Amino acid sequence: MAVMTPIQDHKALALKANQIRKDILISLNKAGSGHSGGPLGMADIFTCLYFNALKHDPAKPNWEDRDRILLSNGHICPVLYASMAHAGYFPVEELTTLRQLGSRLQGHPHRTALPGLETTSGPLGSGLSQGAGMALAAKMDGVNHHIVVCGSDGEQQEGNVWEAVLLAAKYKLDNLIYIIDRNFIQIDGNTEDIMPLEPIKDKYEAFNWHVIEIDGHNYSQIIDAVTEAKNYKRKPILINAITVPGKGVSYMEDDYTWHGKPPSDEELATALEELEAVRTQIEEGTYEY
Amino acid sequence: MPITPSANLRKTFLDASKLEMVPVRNGFGEGLLEAAKNNDKIVGLCADLTESTRMEGFAQAFPERFVEIGVAEQNLVTVASGMAHEGKIPFTSSYATFSPGRNWEQIRTTICYNNQPVIVVGSHAGLSVGPDGATHQALEDVALMRVLPNMQVIVPADYQQAHKATLAIAKDPKPTYLRLAREKSPVFTTTKTPFTIGKADVYYSGKDVTIIGAGPVLYEALIAADMLKGKVSVEVINLHTIKPIDKATILRSVKKTRAVVTVEEHQITGGLGGAVAELLAKELPTPMEFVGVCDRFGESGSPMELWEHFGMGPDNIIDHVNKVLKRKV
Repeated sequence: MAVMTPIQDHKALALKANQIRKDILISLNKAGSGHSGGPLGMADIFTCLYFNALKHDPAKPNWEDRDRILLSNGHICPVLYASMAHAGYFPVEELTTLRQLGSRLQGHPHRTALPGLETTSGPLGSGLSQGAGMALAAKMDGVNHHIVVCGSDGEQQEGNVWEAVLLAAKYKLDNLIYIIDRNFIQIDGNTEDIMPLEPIKDKYEAFNWHVIEIDGHNYSQIIDAVTEAKNYKRKPILINAITVPGKGVSYMEDDYTWHGKPPSDEELATALEELEAVRTQIEEGTYEY
Repeated sequence: MPITPSANLRKTFLDASKLEMVPVRNGFGEGLLEAAKNNDKIVGLCADLTESTRMEGFAQAFPERFVEIGVAEQNLVTVASGMAHEGKIPFTSSYATFSPGRNWEQIRTTICYNNQPVIVVGSHAGLSVGPDGATHQALEDVALMRVLPNMQVIVPADYQQAHKATLAIAKDPKPTYLRLAREKSPVFTTTKTPFTIGKADVYYSGKDVTIIGAGPVLYEALIAADMLKGKVSVEVINLHTIKPIDKATILRSVKKTRAVVTVEEHQITGGLGGAVAELLAKELPTPMEFVGVCDRFGESGSPMELWEHFGMGPDNIIDHVNKVLKRKV
């Protein structure tokens, strides 16, 4: 396979995301542990990144000119793995080895285990600074790829994030794009109850970042935001993406108790039925994306 | 002559009046500058301590390869990890109490587990920082770094050795902790003294007891060995690489002496003494005594006062040698 050809048709992207959601839940059910809410919430964004907005080549994971995709909140890796598998980095069948002994799909991403992973992650708050290091190195070398770091709203509570926010602005890392999954949940409850974060936009702008706010399930907004970010100069870019955790499965949506558990066999069956209904709606043109 | 000829130590090093005193950290600074001249992949990152960790020369010579991180040690090592991912060889520097003291998890996950060749340089380690007091006297850093898979831990004994260690690390970059001291200390090795990462060196040959040490305090062990000349035949080993530990050299010596004293400017738990004890408990159970700091914090004072107070001098080392000799089977 050569460099990934972008899928321009939003309907095709929506169908891809629908399949990725199914595979996320199947892999989590098989694993018997892991996180459901976040991966489902980020499925549309990951689909747009892997199948439209970024340049990469699954056959050459170390291709120097690729855009780097980093996952800072490593616990939502089922969406990363499913996206990578569908893009061609490894067989889709391997997704059901998630979290098992000997699997390349560790419970949190481990770079040296799986080609195509850019970092090892899990402990929150360190993805942006690693991305900033990659962006700095790219500036030193005069090369033009982008570094896209996907992180979470909960991890904004980590001091390491703000150390990186300061540094990225200092060095005007306009090749660094930080996407925050703004889903308002974390393990103990609602983010604004646990540690108020708003106003995010004002905070990042005050730190000399360029901020784009989007609906993280609207494909035009996602793709336009990445395009705008890639062309923005002299500042690092935050894409604050409002998402619905558990998106696509009615009983998981917006329920923080689904942050950190997998579906049982019965729950999986219900979820797959719902996602299949969504697929039909996408085909019929009655689903918004 | 018990001094190992092949070690090529400075000929007059036992004569205090002829000692050359240079901080260990200077060897790092000069080594980094030299390595960077020959390798443009080397980058330097510092957390607001550029002059005192001796990264200043590099920063001035290669401003485009220097990153001033500010007072942010978690950022220091994670930014470095990202740069290493892009093919750079990042040297990061701060005081050892802050890095690796404050950013241990980031070092664990993004450097060691992620296996990126970042060099964590912890300067101002040990009691000899002096008046700054216990907050700035890292006595736990070797323990913190030694337990991490993929990490190598190097503690140079003097200026010359720090210079060589820096060049050796730059030549074969891996996740590395390099421990440096602030104070001027005796330069007792020379440009001709062998240095290989992972290869311990016998500096003083004997048959009754083995003293194993690292860092500037190794000089005190050599003085102790010389003071015991004619009474006790002492072997002194420079275990500059605490991890990976040189089993062969240690076991060869201990098979002969059957008694060990370890000497380090660190807590006696978890550091060099612990590493040697772990090896000997498994391979060659041997009576051991430990010179180091015993489960307490340091305090303010001049470096010499502190060394005396905490028993880093030759007299206390000799006391430990006598103790272990009584326990010898």
